[in-house]
Amino acid sequence: MPMASADIEAMILEAFPDASVEITDLAGDGDHYAAKVTSASFAGMNRVKQHQAVYAALKGKMGGELHALQLTTMVPE
Amino acid sequence: MSDVNAKIESVVKNNDVVLFMKGTPLFPQCGFSSRAIAILEHLGVAFESFDVLQDMEVRQGIKEYSDWPTIPQLYVKGEFVGGSDIMMEMYEAGELGELMAEKKVAPAQS
Repeated sequence: MPMASADIEAMILEAFPDASVEITDLAGDGDHYAAKVTSASFAGMNRVKQHQAVYAALKGKMGGELHALQLTTMVPE
Repeated sequence: MSDVNAKIESVVKNNDVVLFMKGTPLFPQCGFSSRAIAILEHLGVAFESFDVLQDMEVRQGIKEYSDWPTIPQLYVKGEFVGGSDIMMEMYEAGELGELMAEKKVAPAQS
């Protein structure tokens, strides 16, 4: 069961209210997305911790319902 | 520690560079695993791979072990480096090559 990009964005924003989230549907099939998440709360975390924080926000959907999410995390300049 | 954790730990500890992946380096069964292999081959480092499709316990167990929901997963000298997105980002920034050099990883046997 694929996930809508709006749902992904909403879950990320719930965990990181300050974040700017850009989601691209890579294959147009609602199943392969890229997400770029920029949030000040990533400051001081390494990439693994930043990605783990986003995966935690997605509450177990990553790797299940959400098959592919190419993730880029950034701290605002 | 559960048996599967002990098994994963021994794979991680006994190999300088190990990629948990779907399929094998010659026949990757997933685009992300294939991309991870391509990066390791470009870097020219010696690495081992573990095909999680051949071991359902490790396939699930590695996700908990690393607290990481997806495959592939790269370990270098016992340390979790990341999945294919992080590998690509680090590779493009030259950081993955630096990490391999810092950790004194052996070059691939040609």
